[in-house]
Amino acid sequence: MRRRQMRNRILLISFFSFSLFILFESCSSEEQINYQRYYVNGKGLYEQHCQNCHAKDGTGLKSLYPPLTDTSYIQSNKNQLSCIIKYGLNTKIEIAGKEYHAEMPANAQLSDIDIAQLIVYIGNSFGNKIGYYDASEANADLKNCKF
Amino acid sequence: MRIFFIFLLAGLTLQGCKNETKSELPILGHREPVERQVEGKTVVDTIYQTIEPFSYLNQDSTLVTEKDFNGKIYVADFFFTSCNTICPVMHRNMLNVYEKFKGNPKVKFLSHSIDSKYDVPSKLKKYADKLGIEGTQWEFVHGSSDSIYNVSAKNYLVAAYEDKTDPQGFVHQGWFILVDENKHMRGAYDGTKDDQVEQMVADMQILLNEKKTNEK
Repeated sequence: MRRRQMRNRILLISFFSFSLFILFESCSSEEQINYQRYYVNGKGLYEQHCQNCHAKDGTGLKSLYPPLTDTSYIQSNKNQLSCIIKYGLNTKIEIAGKEYHAEMPANAQLSDIDIAQLIVYIGNSFGNKIGYYDASEANADLKNCKF
Repeated sequence: MRIFFIFLLAGLTLQGCKNETKSELPILGHREPVERQVEGKTVVDTIYQTIEPFSYLNQDSTLVTEKDFNGKIYVADFFFTSCNTICPVMHRNMLNVYEKFKGNPKVKFLSHSIDSKYDVPSKLKKYADKLGIEGTQWEFVHGSSDSIYNVSAKNYLVAAYEDKTDPQGFVHQGWFILVDENKHMRGAYDGTKDDQVEQMVADMQILLNEKKTNEK
């Protein structure tokens, strides 16, 4: 009798932990799916709007166009990336220890979700790893542009 | 061991293909037959299109004419410094070609700006500096818009002109035109396509070798 109780309890615990595991997995995989969707769309947008100057591998072109491979710049300016993409840039910036006087054109036609998708792609390519970035974050960041 | 032989065989086959690439380049552009009398017989000569004399200011504000290209092969293209469509791609590729032939006195590069209003020599200098170009092996030239558009269409058969309906204000094609030491056009390559640019490098080598055999 005690043995059976013991077995039932073990079964119950394993059932619960299994369902918890499933629940947790499905949550994280939804963000995972979003992330992947953003990343793939972002790649297409990158090819369309950024690649000419910043190159396929994000290395830019000499001192003309800065690289996107400076992981610390991307990480620390994560909340300014939306503004740079949408409104362009016309100031001196320092990237990977080199000064660039960038005249980056604006991309005013891009929507918040386009921008977020671009940031997920750029932010997780070329050695960068900033993780997921949602369209709502882009919307909020665009209200606090510093440049 | 057998696998090794298969690889060897494949390698040799590929090598064989490589050697079969064309070793002579055609002369492009229009041509005219000209008849003349030699000892009572009619001989027909072909006059090939040549690049006409030109004179521009380069990134150092010095005059550049066709004479600076005498006895050299060169690659010509059309761009403008504020262009963010095909120009960065073209010049990324051109830079690779430039690095391959850097310091070779027989090879030059000639980039015409089609934005004569904005791309004055000082702007071209800045652009060349940022691209890391020193000296005059690669000339970035400024000319009046009329002369540049005329030269692009007539001499190099490349379309380049102002267009107010275009977002950037210009229409131009991304051709790299290869010109030999006799100022004949010998090849045209899409400067935005890696494989065509690779082909151009191979063809430049052919032209350089052709020159050597002519000299012998």
